[in-house]
Amino acid sequence: MAIIVVEVMLKPEILDPQGQAVASALPRLGFTFAKSVRQGKRFEIEVDGEPTSEQIAEVEKAAHTLLSNPVIENFVVKVEK
Amino acid sequence: MRIGVVTFPGSLDDRSALRAIELAGGTPVPLFHGTNDLKEVQAVVLPGGFSYGDYLRCGAISRFSPIMESIILAAEHGFPVLGICNGFQILCESHLLPGALTRNADLHFICADQKVSVENVDTPWTRGYTKGQEIVIPIKNGEGSFQCSDETLKELEDEGRIVLRYVGKNPNGSRNAIAGISNKRGNVVGVMPHPEQAIENLTGPSEDGLNFFTSILKEMVGL
Repeated sequence: MAIIVVEVMLKPEILDPQGQAVASALPRLGFTFAKSVRQGKRFEIEVDGEPTSEQIAEVEKAAHTLLSNPVIENFVVKVEK
Repeated sequence: MRIGVVTFPGSLDDRSALRAIELAGGTPVPLFHGTNDLKEVQAVVLPGGFSYGDYLRCGAISRFSPIMESIILAAEHGFPVLGICNGFQILCESHLLPGALTRNADLHFICADQKVSVENVDTPWTRGYTKGQEIVIPIKNGEGSFQCSDETLKELEDEGRIVLRYVGKNPNGSRNAIAGISNKRGNVVGVMPHPEQAIENLTGPSEDGLNFFTSILKEMVGL
């Protein structure tokens, strides 16, 4: 069994008010390390056995079609054991 | 004149839209997301609400419903479609309209009577207004901030495809204070404010929204 992970992030030029809200909450709790924060989504897709390159290509297609909106978001696909 | 309103799981303003069509003098036809049957309607409204609980992204899952297959195909051939709020989000996700609606800049859900100006009166949904006319209709959304690339923004502005623009303070961080846009042809219009909630003084802030529905009916009968 393996997990194919899709991480979706807003494109850098798109305003991320959620990330900004997190960034401004951190120092209130004494965490002063953050210059900025951007928030994204992570999908964990379980597949049987070792993922094949066809499966990964299918996941990339799904990431482009449904999991992300290419107008405002970028994504990366990776495999976790 | 038969105008359809699609009910998705989680639609909220479908009944208000049906009622607005009736009040404008049309025949409202309820449509269901789970079939591709447009029931011979001559135009369709995608109503506001929270289809599929806004899961994933607003409108992202509804966009793949059977009825949307029919609507996307028809819209590409000039069939009039009006998306209101969640309907606008669905139209963007369907790529019938460019750009995307994202979280409001201040993260608040905004529910207010909003002044907007009607900037494009060359669509079947807005012909009854005069260019630059200021109207008051409600906004009620958490993800109404219109975003798009610089090229798309220029194209929309240059081609006069901004249908509605917020007047006064930009409520949600939308680029160029955009509250509504159309496709190139003008038959597909998406607006964040709710014209169907401003059709009579008893229940809304004005009657300014009714013209969206009378405009399309006049268009249909060739007035």
